[in-house]
Amino acid sequence: MNALPWTIYLSFGGALLALIAGARSAAAARVVALVSAIAAWGAALLAAGDFVPSRGLQTLVDVPWIAEMGIRYHLAADGISLTLIVLTGLAATAGILFSWNIEERAGEFFALYLALIGGVYGVFLSADAFLFFVFYEIAIVPKYFLVANWGSTNREYGAMKLVLYSFAGSALVLAGLLWAFATGGAHSFALSDLANAALQFSRGEQLGMFALVFLGFAVLAGLFPFHTWAPTGHVAAPTAASMLLAGVVMKLGAYGCLRVAMPLFPVGLAFWQPAIAWLAIAGIIYAGLVALVQEDLKFVIGYSSVSHMGFVLLGLAAANAQSVSGAVLQMFSHGVIAGLLFAVVGRMVYERTHTRRLADLRGLPLHRLMPFAALTFVLGGLASMGMPGFSGFPAELTILIGTWRTSPLWATFAAAGVLVAAAFTLRAIQVSFFGTTDRSTIQTSAPNAPYEPITWPERIGAILLVGATVYVGLKPDVLLNWIAPALESPLMQAALKGGAS
Amino acid sequence: MTPNYAELFQALLPEAALVIGVLLVLGFDLIAGARHSLERRAAAAASLGILAVLAAAGLALRTGVGEPAFGGVLARDSLTLATRLGVLVLSGLTLGIFGGTSRLRNPAEFVAVLLLATTGFTLMAAAQQLLLAFLALELASLSLYVLAGFDKTRPESAEAALKYFLFGGLSAAFLLFGFSLLYGLTGSLDFTEIARQLSSISLSPLLVVALVMILVAFGFKAAAAPFHLWAPDAYQGAPAPSAALIASASKLAGFTLFVRLLWHSAGPVAGSVATMDTRPGWLPVLAVISLLSLLLGNMGALAQTNVRRLLAYSAIAHAGALLLGVMAAGRVGPGPLFYYAATYGIATVGAFGVIAVVERAGVCQSLADLAGLRHRSPLLAGCLFIFILSLAGIPPLAGFFGKFAVFAAALQLGGLAGIAGWLVVTAILLSAVALYYYLLVLKQAFVARPAAVASRIPVPAGAALALVICALLLVILGLFPSGVLRLF
Repeated sequence: MNALPWTIYLSFGGALLALIAGARSAAAARVVALVSAIAAWGAALLAAGDFVPSRGLQTLVDVPWIAEMGIRYHLAADGISLTLIVLTGLAATAGILFSWNIEERAGEFFALYLALIGGVYGVFLSADAFLFFVFYEIAIVPKYFLVANWGSTNREYGAMKLVLYSFAGSALVLAGLLWAFATGGAHSFALSDLANAALQFSRGEQLGMFALVFLGFAVLAGLFPFHTWAPTGHVAAPTAASMLLAGVVMKLGAYGCLRVAMPLFPVGLAFWQPAIAWLAIAGIIYAGLVALVQEDLKFVIGYSSVSHMGFVLLGLAAANAQSVSGAVLQMFSHGVIAGLLFAVVGRMVYERTHTRRLADLRGLPLHRLMPFAALTFVLGGLASMGMPGFSGFPAELTILIGTWRTSPLWATFAAAGVLVAAAFTLRAIQVSFFGTTDRSTIQTSAPNAPYEPITWPERIGAILLVGATVYVGLKPDVLLNWIAPALESPLMQAALKGGAS
Repeated sequence: MTPNYAELFQALLPEAALVIGVLLVLGFDLIAGARHSLERRAAAAASLGILAVLAAAGLALRTGVGEPAFGGVLARDSLTLATRLGVLVLSGLTLGIFGGTSRLRNPAEFVAVLLLATTGFTLMAAAQQLLLAFLALELASLSLYVLAGFDKTRPESAEAALKYFLFGGLSAAFLLFGFSLLYGLTGSLDFTEIARQLSSISLSPLLVVALVMILVAFGFKAAAAPFHLWAPDAYQGAPAPSAALIASASKLAGFTLFVRLLWHSAGPVAGSVATMDTRPGWLPVLAVISLLSLLLGNMGALAQTNVRRLLAYSAIAHAGALLLGVMAAGRVGPGPLFYYAATYGIATVGAFGVIAVVERAGVCQSLADLAGLRHRSPLLAGCLFIFILSLAGIPPLAGFFGKFAVFAAALQLGGLAGIAGWLVVTAILLSAVALYYYLLVLKQAFVARPAAVASRIPVPAGAALALVICALLLVILGLFPSGVLRLF
């Protein structure tokens, strides 16, 4: 467990080194970035190896930081954070493998990339609300430059929208947290102390604070109708950044809801629960339907991310042990699957065919031109639809069963979303990879084959991600056994009880 | 009272060092200047100026914290010490930038006037008597008018100085009138004595007039709306080092002076903004000024295409946030306010320093002049990255913690049950707006391609050192804010 803080230090240190190495050559920056990402992931796996699940957070580091305001540098982890840290390591490593072909300003690219990763690790490890917020904001700014500099379609617009949405969300969070801090007597930012103080708050205060903090985080998790940054941002981003955005950064928002908003303000949760659930359901179905009619393959994946994150939010809103563990499992699962799909579309297909338009792809026999990409996409698509054997299945099933316990109505509507997901995924697979093979009948503007073969870094990255989704799909208990005890901590119990009442 | 001049001299040693510095700078240039090029004269004058500033800082540290000196005229509390050190550091950094980039004629005179302004700032930090406060303020202001108009080759500089002077002169008149009314009402010039008298006087119309006049002058000094109109023009036209000083050290000293004046002398008639139905006093007025500044500054900055004007509007927005710190100072002390003002000053000096270096190689007015800065000078671009993000309030840079501390302090005035709380919420939400225009600057520097004719920008060693120190200070103070907060 003691290796976990090193995930943060290795990432930030790697960012600095990549910047220096980038001044020499792009290859050096790549290698430095890959080594630091693997080292951080290794630290996470090492910690996972000797992790003993327990109720509550296990403190890793706890030293005074800004004593005048009762702020401590307090890192701690439980099964939930460990799950997401392992996911972050995996997604980060795979992302670097899929950006092996970045030549332009590679040093800066990987420095920003690793700084973003460092912030993400920090969020997942923070047990002090101030520290949590600091890492959360550190993870915002690199996104702008990653997208605006190395992105594609409409990148400057997408980057600005993405960053302003995240920042506006974090502004709400800051307002809510400061309000709680001041009302609670302004002694400490420790999550446990804030939660204790919140017990004395009036009902109105709890409702207001929960609304601010939850909404602020939920913006980043893609809550309908504040999700619109996600598809444009994902599409504009370079492949590695879209993998991180969909795979990890959206989880930051959901994690913030779960770790900060829900345990601190259980009364607020109980009040807002139905509203959140219906918004989540609206997101599942609406984003699914929108994905069904997209003409750009990357937009299909972008909207599917919003739809799948709707399940996470629904699981959180249902607020019982089962639905919440399903939500955490879905965070892991979607992180892996979204990364995989974005990698295929952004790196394997787009950078070779230079088109993502379904109408163009329809004219290409991609399953013959790049069989590996086709296979990977089909596997990712199946996982995304929630086929048994892939991680999406146990995750969404657990969420639906858990939600049923809180409200059968919600579960029924959400289940309809599963059907929509199947429809848009199948359509995307069919049109993009198994379009016509009869070249004479279809007009296409895409350049013709042969394409550069799929490289080894791409293969390794894809195998890692497919392996993870299959492994968790077959043995979801590995993660669920970490997650379940974490939900029995007093803090989480307060949230789950408050939510069920 | 028998004046104890030895004690007075002891308390004013930092100012003495600065004045000796003025004489040395002028004398050295007079004797040795004629034989050397302008650039070397500028470097020599700046070096001597920095030495004087360092000596003053050392003496200020040695004097330390103690009882008020000279019959209560000069405060020697932690706020005085911190502000003195703060303005000296900011002036020193400004001098470093000036020494490397100046193309002005008469560089020694520039440095001398800058040191005089700094003397004014350090006196403002200590003043707790109406007369001394006014004198210190005027010493600083008059020097700043000269600095703003120092570039005699550009009409914009003269325009900046004239506008700044007209507004400044008017506000000084208001301040003096306010002071005279305050004196007439209480019969004293001393802050503590005024406070004692005011606690037994009700809020008479005459007192209201006096307070409003003082607040007008404060609004001018802080560049707060609706007294902000001079700021965009002054920032745009003044030589970059002058603008840096006007935006940083002058503000820090001004906030210290007025927070002391308002809380230590007019404290009993502060009123309250902790609830929705305010108790009358100067706090509600300050709340209105703060709200106007936040809105006008942030909205105004959105429309700017000139980088200096953008910084000016962002300064107006920051003034709004700083006023929140002033309101909270009565309850939690001036620590958060000082931290915010000082770190804001460092970031602003840095930003104007980057502008000064870019200007040395061409023009730096419109945002597009920064295009491709990353290719033209990685050092400048990297420093600008830190300054702008600190202004935007992104952790772990100091600007973030400044905002955080001030907002946390202001929320303690009654949470969201009061006007102060809602002002904080407004300020936090507007920070998302602010990020947009700050990113526009960074977008030019890091995303946009340089113009075809743009060449690499050489960075003089002195300016580079000053910029790197600014950047490091922002990172270190951001990571360890306790170092500053502990002083209070």
